[in-house]
Amino acid sequence: MRAEPLSLREQARRALDDGELQRALAVVRRGWQDTRRRAIDELPEFDELREIGARIRDHVLAHLDIYLERFAERVRAAGGEVHVARDAAEARALVLRLLEQHRARRVTKSKSMVCEEIGLAEAMEEAGLERVETDLGEYIIQLAGERPSHLIGPAVHITQERIRDLFARHHQSDPDNTPEALVAEARQVLRRHYLEADAGITGANFLVADTGSVITVTNEGNAELTQGLPRLHIVVAGIEKLVPRMEDAFTLLRLLARSATGQEFSAYTTIITGPRREGDLDGPEAFHVVLVDNGRSDLLATRFRPILRCIRCGACMNHCPVYLAIGGHAYGWVYVGPMGAVLTPHFLGIEKAYPLPEASTFCGRCEEVCPVRIPLPGLLRYWREEAFRRRVHGPSVRAGLGIWAWIALRPRLYRFVVGLASWSLRALGGRRGRIRRLPGASGWTRSRDFPAPEGGGFVAGWNRGRRR
Amino acid sequence: MARPEVALFATCLVDLFRPTIGYAAAQLIADCGAEVVVPPGQTCCGQPAYNSGDRERAQRLARQNIELLEPFDRVVVPSGSCAGMIRVHYPALFADQPELAERARALSLRVEELSCFLCERGARVTVSLPAPLRATYHDSCSGLRELGIKEQPRRLLAQVGGLELVEMRECESCCGFGGTFCVKYPEISTRMVDEKVARIRESGAELVLAGDLGCLMNIAGRLRRSGSGVEVRHYAEVLAGRLDRPPIAGAG
Ligand code: SF4
Repeated sequence: MRAEPLSLREQARRALDDGELQRALAVVRRGWQDTRRRAIDELPEFDELREIGARIRDHVLAHLDIYLERFAERVRAAGGEVHVARDAAEARALVLRLLEQHRARRVTKSKSMVCEEIGLAEAMEEAGLERVETDLGEYIIQLAGERPSHLIGPAVHITQERIRDLFARHHQSDPDNTPEALVAEARQVLRRHYLEADAGITGANFLVADTGSVITVTNEGNAELTQGLPRLHIVVAGIEKLVPRMEDAFTLLRLLARSATGQEFSAYTTIITGPRREGDLDGPEAFHVVLVDNGRSDLLATRFRPILRCIRCGACMNHCPVYLAIGGHAYGWVYVGPMGAVLTPHFLGIEKAYPLPEASTFCGRCEEVCPVRIPLPGLLRYWREEAFRRRVHGPSVRAGLGIWAWIALRPRLYRFVVGLASWSLRALGGRRGRIRRLPGASGWTRSRDFPAPEGGGFVAGWNRGRRR
Repeated sequence: MARPEVALFATCLVDLFRPTIGYAAAQLIADCGAEVVVPPGQTCCGQPAYNSGDRERAQRLARQNIELLEPFDRVVVPSGSCAGMIRVHYPALFADQPELAERARALSLRVEELSCFLCERGARVTVSLPAPLRATYHDSCSGLRELGIKEQPRRLLAQVGGLELVEMRECESCCGFGGTFCVKYPEISTRMVDEKVARIRESGAELVLAGDLGCLMNIAGRLRRSGSGVEVRHYAEVLAGRLDRPPIAGAG
């Protein structure tokens, strides 16, 4: 059976007509590109830092087993526990079992893309657990019953007015429509949840193998409260988040903050190693790390491996003309923008996700800004090759390419066809030299005139002695 | 001493749609003191197959072009994306065939985009426009990011008498052409070219220039449809003084 492909084109059409979304995206375009630019102009060695960052990530990926083992050892030595989940179902089951073992019913959770990836929220809901997202953006998303549309700003697509309405409805309150009032209101509501929670779930930006530490960065300080106050702390992270040493983590954090929000460093950097020790003022009684593989080790062995360098900074989407036109939801799954277009086919299968790698002009902006130098357009092209190999397109696409190549490989025939095409298109273009409607190319001519040929192929003309 | 032979790889779009660019390029190369050859066996660099994931057909076309072009000292291409295809992607295409990879690499060292070639040769531009004109330059993606083409065309255009070059905002952002992208995702493509057209209009330019015919056709098509009178040309037409030809997609 053929999987129903993602309907990117329909989603994109809807997104382009969504005025609220378009206003929100204009803010990303203007704001986030400029702030990154400024932050990078201030750091002349940024490109050098990128090289180092890419090398750190490559090194870890080449020796992942060693660092996994070392990390697990150090976490255990510090009194915590490490679990490895092979796939999403196993990861969900592990987290649910830990919550049950610790009789945790009320759970706070800070931002974690891998939790989205494994579908943890739905699993917790089915298990009847109370979950409160503590990242402001994620909290808004939770109230709206939606999905994040951006790595760093999960709620970028939601305008302030809508946030106010959501708060008014869910908190039975009447906050002012100002950013300050809304943040204050969310803080107040979240504070109560922090204190009441039995368990906190966080993601991780980096896992330090040498020390067994988990590093999370936020601009709201919410990860600190999510993990520090409840009895149980569960970290859920992809296995690729490992770095050898603390120093490496800090190199990558510098790249991350500048690329993501244009900051030198995120406002809060939390480093946690194991549960509460004798004499600690706070911290959880139990500390567990769930490392999620979910196909990552399979990716390691493929030519898509460089995508595992990704540090989830969001710069590729902030600079992607396609993302900026249609937003995150149109991509149809958890990961969006250029990095999402590379990752999603791996998770959902290329038969289903092939429209994503096709939705690119290969303009190369993403690769240009990626702080760990992931060749994103190149990886998208690999997916197109994969799609072609598995014949996901209808026969007409393949036949078209086949006929074109057959002719292009026969230069004499090709010259003749060029002459014919030139003559007939020129006739269609008339005196004004442009075609308003061209059957078979309506994708072009619905919004653009099609320039008609000037007439007479160049290669043939030149070789007949014509010179201008 | 015999004049060095330079092969002009015109690209399939120039061949079919706009021979003027080919003649202009040939004239500019000849003005540098080279003998221009237009190998009659040339068709297409293979991007349509390569970018559609059809690696095998892309390889076959690449092979045809390697055989066609390797006898020449230099190969000049009036397109950043096709020059990039030959220079950057041909060697990668044959990663698993060492012999062809080596030939592709050897060829890639001799292939140059037109404006880069002219700058390298220290070409002097002597044309003057009949009347002053204000132009803006769009940086096509592949040329800019694969080959580092940025200053070269601007440096050449700055020598044209009567041409004032103004920079539009976001001159480095994609116009939305993207080969088959523009017909597979026409709505997104249209949004992107609309952004480009808006930047062009606010620059106050009467003429848009770029180095890739695909982008130029896309921009010209949208400008005409939206009723703008801004003209669109390949930079080589201006450098060769060929403003007597109607612009791409005709005059406003
Ligand atoms: S692919 Fe690169 S730019 Fe995109 S989120 Fe990952 S690290 Fe950032």
